[in-house]
Amino acid sequence: MLAVRNIFKTFFLVELLKGLRLTFRNLFAPKITIQYPEEKTPQSPRFRGLHAQRRYANGEERCIACKLCEAVCPALAITIESDVADDGTRRTTRYDIDLFKCIYCGFCEEACPVDAIVETRIHEYHMEMRGENIMTKDKLLAIGDKYEAMIAADKAADARYR
Amino acid sequence: MSFSDSLPPQLHVVAITLAQILAVTVVLILCVAYLTLAERKVIGYIQNRIGPNRVGPKGLLQPFADVLKLLLKEVVVPANADRFLFIIAPVLSITPALAAWAVMPLFPGFILANINAGLLYVLALTSLGVYGVILAGWASNSKYAFLGAMRSAAQIVAYEIAMGFALVAVVMASGSLNLGEIVQAQAGGAGLLNWFWLPLFPLFIVYFISGLAETNRAPFDVAEGESEIVAGFHVEYSGVSFAVFFLAEYANMILISALTAVFFLGGWLSPFQGWFAADSLLGAPGFFWFALKTAFFLFCFLWFRATFPRYRYDQIMRLGWKVFIPVTIVWIFVLGAMIAFKLPPWFA
Repeated sequence: MLAVRNIFKTFFLVELLKGLRLTFRNLFAPKITIQYPEEKTPQSPRFRGLHAQRRYANGEERCIACKLCEAVCPALAITIESDVADDGTRRTTRYDIDLFKCIYCGFCEEACPVDAIVETRIHEYHMEMRGENIMTKDKLLAIGDKYEAMIAADKAADARYR
Repeated sequence: MSFSDSLPPQLHVVAITLAQILAVTVVLILCVAYLTLAERKVIGYIQNRIGPNRVGPKGLLQPFADVLKLLLKEVVVPANADRFLFIIAPVLSITPALAAWAVMPLFPGFILANINAGLLYVLALTSLGVYGVILAGWASNSKYAFLGAMRSAAQIVAYEIAMGFALVAVVMASGSLNLGEIVQAQAGGAGLLNWFWLPLFPLFIVYFISGLAETNRAPFDVAEGESEIVAGFHVEYSGVSFAVFFLAEYANMILISALTAVFFLGGWLSPFQGWFAADSLLGAPGFFWFALKTAFFLFCFLWFRATFPRYRYDQIMRLGWKVFIPVTIVWIFVLGAMIAFKLPPWFA
């Protein structure tokens, strides 16, 4: 009986017609394409993109040169040198992140006790010259200053889960 | 006295025929161009994408961008290739696809060449198309191209027979080899039930599937089989010569769709013939119905490509030799019985 049914199914292309029905339905299904430069996919506040260094509201650098990020970095992308600053605090004299080495894991952000190094949601950046892959302290601080509002909002949104 | 009057009457006929040929060919090539866009759009939609939409409004100029790109590319002839055959192969593959339109009844009273053996002519030309593929594979002097050509040759032999038998049944049912008369034979008072697709239903399916195989389209596209033999017979082709192969494939698709419409769906006959008056909008035969039916089969080509995975090679051979040929032979006898008993409404 089963054999007869199988012959019937094969001969009348039952399975093929089922496949055709499925694809025909999808012809009218909503399309999932995002027209990239004009439209963008939603991003999580936890998105790990380009790095930034933050300051306190009074303009003081958050980073205290504890080197936890350097120690935790699995790709050895962070290089820190520190010294005592004029006001007696410990400050970094050099804070470089090699974006070619960085794997954007976010461990530096998690390790930081003062929320100084963060990864922003900026992901559309490029380099045109050799050496631009090294994010120096100045560049990191500049990004932090420019996008502080966005970074603070993202941190606030994620604070509940940290 | 105008210019046309100054010519001898024989030249007059030649000029009119040439103008008609030019009109049909230009429209056909435009259809081919837009079929490539339609294919990308339809397959995109089926895969929940939206397809090309950047060049021109809604992507409508995409085919021209593609053609322009291919025209500007270099034609590379491999060092060990048979140069003459390598160049001639794409031409051999496009010519039959265009020439077969000579006997196509486009609308009532219009056939470029109203010859009695139109169906034989079509059969001959659709078989010729494969020589382009085989020669391309041979002349390229490359193993993948050659494998593609061999596959194509074996496939054509297998499916040509089933296709021929299906057409034998069409000839039996209509009593004519003239494509215009085949269409006329499907006229009657029962609307679309009067067409040959109903009494010849298995052959209709067999013919269309064989048509898929003849044009090397999915799921029978083993001749190009990207995953196994790179691009099959046209691996070595680039630029214009590749574009001509592309054009030939799509022209063949349109040809097979149009032929299926003529043989089984009554060509330019209205599906409501006999239900509405013959001079009313829905009841009147015309080019519109022919185009609609052809477009339906073209959509099926694209739909099948988006749905089915490629057949394994032995499965293709099994289907051709052990399923289609027996089915067609059995149905020819059934059809003979139908004709002998003058089964209405087709054979009364």
